[in-house]
Amino acid sequence: MVNIPWTARLALRALKVNKMRSALTMLGIIIGVSAVIAMLAVGSGATRRITEQISSMGSNLLIILPGSTTSGGLRMGAGTQPTLTSGDARAIADEAPAVDAVAPVLSGAAQVVNGRQNWSTVVTGTTPAMLYVRGWTLSGGRPFTGADVKNATKVCLLGQTVVDNLFGDEDPVGKIVKIKNLPFTVIGVLGVKGQSVMGQDQDDTIYIPLTTAQRKLFGTAFPGMVRIIMVKGKSTGQLDEAQTQITDILRQRHHIGPRQDDDFTVRNLTQLMQTAEQSTRIMTLLLGAIASVSLLVGGIGIMNIMLVSITERTREIGIRMAIGAKTWDIRVQFLMEAFIMSLIGGGAGIALGIGGSVVLSKIAGWPTSVSSFSILLASCFSGAVGIFFGFYPAYKASLLNPIDALRYE
Amino acid sequence: MAFIEARDISKTYSLGDVEVSALMDVSLTIEKGEFVSIMGPSGSGKSTFMNILGCLDKPTGGKYLLDGTDVSGMDRDRLAEIRNRKIGFVFQGFNLLPRTSALENVELPMFYKGVAANERKERALKALEMVGLAGRQSHFPNQLSGGQQQRVAIARALVNDAPIILADEPTGNLDTRTSQEIMGLFVRLNADSAITIILVTHEPDIAAFSRRWVRFMDGRIIKDEEAAQRHG
Repeated sequence: MVNIPWTARLALRALKVNKMRSALTMLGIIIGVSAVIAMLAVGSGATRRITEQISSMGSNLLIILPGSTTSGGLRMGAGTQPTLTSGDARAIADEAPAVDAVAPVLSGAAQVVNGRQNWSTVVTGTTPAMLYVRGWTLSGGRPFTGADVKNATKVCLLGQTVVDNLFGDEDPVGKIVKIKNLPFTVIGVLGVKGQSVMGQDQDDTIYIPLTTAQRKLFGTAFPGMVRIIMVKGKSTGQLDEAQTQITDILRQRHHIGPRQDDDFTVRNLTQLMQTAEQSTRIMTLLLGAIASVSLLVGGIGIMNIMLVSITERTREIGIRMAIGAKTWDIRVQFLMEAFIMSLIGGGAGIALGIGGSVVLSKIAGWPTSVSSFSILLASCFSGAVGIFFGFYPAYKASLLNPIDALRYE
Repeated sequence: MAFIEARDISKTYSLGDVEVSALMDVSLTIEKGEFVSIMGPSGSGKSTFMNILGCLDKPTGGKYLLDGTDVSGMDRDRLAEIRNRKIGFVFQGFNLLPRTSALENVELPMFYKGVAANERKERALKALEMVGLAGRQSHFPNQLSGGQQQRVAIARALVNDAPIILADEPTGNLDTRTSQEIMGLFVRLNADSAITIILVTHEPDIAAFSRRWVRFMDGRIIKDEEAAQRHG
């Protein structure tokens, strides 16, 4: 039986004899491990930011865009032909079982004025369901109601960026702002959402009842026209189903024949975001893989030093063999040295990696997140590197001929 | 049956195409408690024979029975176990582990045997006392004189209660007075504890401490004589 605690003490003592050499060897592992941890932290920080942005979009979101026009064989992009109406939105809400909520939108840019302050922003005409569809809450005041939409009242909800620009620190609820010179009463303030995945400021917006936008602000080519319809599916699994149901309903309502193309497009935004998330994951893996190369180099450093150390200590190995050390006694002794070096290096590397990612996020402003998974991975990996690269030198030592080893000068 | 029985031991090394015979059909029996000197010029095969007796090397021909067991066909680990339990080595160059205290050097064979920690220390201290080094257990080899280092090595050879001590030129690095002291220690161990001692030397006045002389020449034993009565 090999005496493990004793061997560990023996190994620690052997490492102390050549302090500088052991420290430099560990440095390879330290750099490798900290690089792995920091790179994974950068990667998973980016992934987390994207995940947050996805959930800020609202979950299980489908967006219906009006179709493209075809003029003389030239097909224009989606949205060039206004074809969607609030009637379509109502029909989807009523008839598609996989759909949870529907919010039609008619939006446009407009100048907004409060006293001497003015600001250009996107004014979004929509229904009360919008807040639910986008998963948006109010930070003050009240939302507008179905009655507001029915009566086309001039009330509005301000995004935080608009509040900041027009009111500063003042509470805007109950105040009057002028949108395109029409007075609107501010009834609420939208909670802060931050940037969208595309980098847009989601808080730079004003919500007003859909009918007010249609009749009083923007005007429409035909009654009830909307620019887009936002749809929240009942669940992620039902999104495909919802998409089919919406397509069927709209084709029927728009009188599209079996051989004709749709005059609208249904986009699954969640899917798009998931693709973005996946590509960040791949980036994380790639960064991690590059960092592991330095860990590998650190391992080779351990092997190199162990080989040197075994040559220097040939006589010691010979003495131990003469006295009764068996093959595995010698192997475990040197494996232990390599293992302890990589373990200490791994521990220091984890500390340095965590510190490094904090510094990265402070200085470079990158979002970083050190996961316990990456710490576990790094410690297992560095231990494995020690054993893997320690094995060959230990194996070599154990095969020495005791007589030659004893005579070695 | 004899305690140590070497039958027609031969050892051939191949150096490329040339075969070199270091030992040719050497037979020797040694009884328990004997004190034997193995003598001969360098290249006579005495070291090769000692390595085989010490289970550090295997013969290419013949049979080696140690305490009734045939060890000539054993693998590395079995041989390591035999060395650990039955043979204590004392070398010319002392061969202590550097930066390791006298106590730990003496404890070493017991680690490989798997002796419990408290028993290890107790036995090591006793062995150091036996060789006259009581109180020196925490000294490192470089803090000890040559004679003291050799005493630590003898304590290490004794500590596992090995019945045989193989001493390869144990006084080669020591001055005359210290050599006499070390040889006196061997004589005492041989007399008091009936430990079989096999000594390799080329100095006649060192060999004079033993009671049997085996002389090697060109891979063979050419002389094997016993003293009727000498030191006791």
